[in-house]
Amino acid sequence: MKISKKDVEDIAHLARLKVDESLVGKYAEQISDILKYIDKLKDVDISGAELVSDASFNINVLRADDPVKSGGPAVTLVNAPERIDDFFQVPNTIKPN
Amino acid sequence: MDLQKLTIHELSKLLQDTELTSEEITELYLKRIEKHDKEIGAYITVDREYALKQAQSADKMIAKGKAFPLTGVPVAVKDLLCTKGVRTTCGSKILGDFVPEYDATIISLLKNQGAVIIGKTNLDEFAMGSSTENSSFHLTKNPWNKEHVPGGSSGGSAAAVAAGFCVGALGTDTGGSIRQPASHCGVVGLKPTYGRVSRFGLVSYASSLDQIGPITKDVKDAAIILNCIAGSDIKDSTSIDVKVSDYMAGFDEFEKTGLKGMRAGVPKEYLSVKGIDPDVEKVFFESKKRLEDLGVEIVEISLPHTEYVVAAYYIIAPCEASSNLARFDGVRYGHRSKDSDELVDMYKNTKYEGFGEEVKRRIIIGTYALSAGYYDAYYGRASKVRSLIMNDFTQAFKEVDIIISPVAPTPAFKMGENIDDPLSMYLSDIFTLSANMASVPGLSVPAGFSSKGLPIGLQMMASRFDEKSLLKAGYGFEKSVLTEATDSTEIVDRFCKL
Repeated sequence: MKISKKDVEDIAHLARLKVDESLVGKYAEQISDILKYIDKLKDVDISGAELVSDASFNINVLRADDPVKSGGPAVTLVNAPERIDDFFQVPNTIKPN
Repeated sequence: MDLQKLTIHELSKLLQDTELTSEEITELYLKRIEKHDKEIGAYITVDREYALKQAQSADKMIAKGKAFPLTGVPVAVKDLLCTKGVRTTCGSKILGDFVPEYDATIISLLKNQGAVIIGKTNLDEFAMGSSTENSSFHLTKNPWNKEHVPGGSSGGSAAAVAAGFCVGALGTDTGGSIRQPASHCGVVGLKPTYGRVSRFGLVSYASSLDQIGPITKDVKDAAIILNCIAGSDIKDSTSIDVKVSDYMAGFDEFEKTGLKGMRAGVPKEYLSVKGIDPDVEKVFFESKKRLEDLGVEIVEISLPHTEYVVAAYYIIAPCEASSNLARFDGVRYGHRSKDSDELVDMYKNTKYEGFGEEVKRRIIIGTYALSAGYYDAYYGRASKVRSLIMNDFTQAFKEVDIIISPVAPTPAFKMGENIDDPLSMYLSDIFTLSANMASVPGLSVPAGFSSKGLPIGLQMMASRFDEKSLLKAGYGFEKSVLTEATDSTEIVDRFCKL
């Protein structure tokens, strides 16, 4: 599988990641090489193989539904880069005119 | 007596016999780090006050007769584990100033035993790498030869143990990140079974593969640390409630009966892997002979899906990473880009400024493989291949008690040698990835040296939750290895500028 520079830019946008323009070509080349290697998975006969979605072997872990005291905003917001009182502050979701 | 060479069990005895105090030994290690770590770069953060305070508490525990095997023992922890009040960077600029509000469960367990956390060690950013060259802070050098890498991603922990900058350490292993640096630095590294140790407070890279384990000077020390950190945890639903053995118990058994009756498998597929260094091959065959001399029956086994392990891993791990790392968006913690007036731009710029090249590469691979139309072809297929790999191991362990192999195809490579060729770097993980993919425990024990004097380890793997047999075999093997090379702490003392 070969991916183009445009693919790298589209995927980076999906991941909300800005990539240096000078690196887009390098990434496209390196990731194409990696995906080409990964294509060997197509040779494996997976008929009848189960999907491993959970390495703890699908054991369901439940706990009693008892209320537990949380640290509250004093703990959860302490590392916020920007905050207003007990709220996280973020830039506008729509660019101001 | 060279105090920096003491193992955990030797130091523990001296502390409990009040031959010296934890404060004295902690001070000795702090001074050693201050003097020599500029040359090695094992640590990202050393908090003198934090360490000495713990040492003083440990001395009080000993005075009250309430000592555990780790009480007063200075240990280093990989900087991927949250420590309350102490900076936890994950080797990334995005968490450069992050100070957690809580301790990882294993940090609490160490503290409960009175262990002294002396510092946080360097790593490849978010544990993505095999050489510690992907750290955003600095390089870590191999204490045996400073032109070479220490391995990775727990390169700082392995180098710290080898250089005598701590008595033991914790690393994490997603695809070999404990075992490979342990092998490259001539120390012992144990990746426990997935679910054996709580991952709560470990910053996730690939959640279905990550596991925490010890890096130590000898096998007995690895058992002492595992005895402290093993067990299920209500805060980690993937930790498994299976009885915790006394991991030291196998050592007495070895003293009585050796390794007679044990069967070790050599996967025939591993021997045909291309690019195995002749020195690695030589050490592996010598190791096989040593085990035979100890009474172990060596048999050839087959792990038929070995050829597909690297490919399946390098889909599963980046997919999980791309999901896990989405949380570093500049909103709740960590770095935030200053020059964005719109939310999506802020996310993009924050990650652009905060993440290094390898992390970005894996996020792109993972996002691509999980995107609409590709999920079944990549993640779905890789997960099915993973179940076939697991099945290979289940079948193999019906015939043998342990599986042996080299840890890495070559001894530690030179700095910069593979940094621009990610695929080559990935392929060098061939022997270690399987244990993570199959969720089985793996151990690296020093086995010999290359012609250039670089350490080479032997990997042993056992069935799920059978760390006891693994450590017993490792202990027996370790006893039979006579290393003629100079101790790495002496090398550090000789070559590092004072």
